[in-house]
Amino acid sequence: MTSTSARTILICSGKGGVGKTTLTANLGIALARLGHTVAVLDADFGLRNLDLLLGLENRIVYTAQEVLAESCRLEQALVRHKQEPNLSLLPAGNPRMLEWLTPEDMQKIAGQLAERFNYVLIDAPAGVEQGFRNAAAAAREAIVVTNPEVSAVRDADRVIGLLHSMDIAPVQLILNRVRPQMMADQEMLSVDEISDMLALPLLGLVLEDQKVIVSTNRGEPLTLGDSSTPAARGYRNIARRLAGESVPLIDPTKERRGLRARLLNKLRQTTGLF
Amino acid sequence: MTLIDFLNRLLGREKPSGTMARERLQLVLAHDRSDLNPELLEQMRREILEVVQRYVEIDIESCDVSLETEDRVTALLANLPIRRARPVPLPRPDGGTLSEGSSPPEPGSADATPADEETAADIPAPQDGQDQDSGDGSETVATTAGRALEEGDAAAEGGEEQEDS
Repeated sequence: MTSTSARTILICSGKGGVGKTTLTANLGIALARLGHTVAVLDADFGLRNLDLLLGLENRIVYTAQEVLAESCRLEQALVRHKQEPNLSLLPAGNPRMLEWLTPEDMQKIAGQLAERFNYVLIDAPAGVEQGFRNAAAAAREAIVVTNPEVSAVRDADRVIGLLHSMDIAPVQLILNRVRPQMMADQEMLSVDEISDMLALPLLGLVLEDQKVIVSTNRGEPLTLGDSSTPAARGYRNIARRLAGESVPLIDPTKERRGLRARLLNKLRQTTGLF
Repeated sequence: MTLIDFLNRLLGREKPSGTMARERLQLVLAHDRSDLNPELLEQMRREILEVVQRYVEIDIESCDVSLETEDRVTALLANLPIRRARPVPLPRPDGGTLSEGSSPPEPGSADATPADEETAADIPAPQDGQDQDSGDGSETVATTAGRALEEGDAAAEGGEEQEDS
């Protein structure tokens, strides 16, 4: 593996709670299952959670902190996933690291990972402060995750402005937690409206799915098994697109189920009223 | 969606909340993306009006200067209803001439400062034949200044976004 072929991708959102870390875990596993070697780097030192979502929290010995202090080798700190050995986690260090960590430190770690893996996914902290800037300094490209809600879209826009000013490209958009029924009822910002407003290409969308909570409870990302729930399909499609495959986007308004939904859809089509 | 919501929508009584979200976001993003604070925006507005007033009489009360954003390009849109064109442009405050070959200002208006609305209104009406449609049927002039936020984006287009005053 040469460092030139590695893709170092920042996964960020601005707003917290939009599903950034869940996406990093699922996308990492999905890419690994496609045969790529993947390192996921938890850059959220203040509130680390990537270890928990991957089910690796009990296997952490060393972290990015010891790697930077050169008190251990990178290989010693990396936690390899047992069920999906193509994926390894570099855990976040102690929150006190935030006091001295610099963008150069993050570049150093990401550079070492890029020498060993095909993909380096960096899970950025929420916010636009130093923690985010440190994480972004280490990335060449970025994925912005947002929800179809005004606050999430506004914060995403702020982050996109910063990414452009840091010459990170390409920047792609993932719309997470889409509710098809609400979108069909026009009680939610539409997919096109959001990608138009943010002026970013859409890498994919993930439908709201209760199974995501079940999988995080267990520490087993949805993409680890053969689950075909709506969110699992969304994550897998995103991984394939990221790897260069052409996969059509789903139309969320056609994903609705139930009699009422189908009747409303029919009425909408025949009358064209609303 | 409840039946009541559905009926309201059908009868056009209520906008879907998704539409409201889009409208509100477009406005807030335009302001977020422009780094101008309100005082600077106001100062710029005054200076734009000064320049335009040297050439045409405008209806100050119904002037509107605002920021709008589309495709990551923020544009300054100015909607300035024109009362009538000035036959001779007013001098610049610094005394410079406005354009080559233009005749000197009318006597008595030489010391008129363009920012002074009342003085500006004292300028004689234009000659017959040059008369613009004055009064309520005012024309609209638009000034746009695009600030591309992303490389490769087309320049802001302002002309098609005017609203009639």
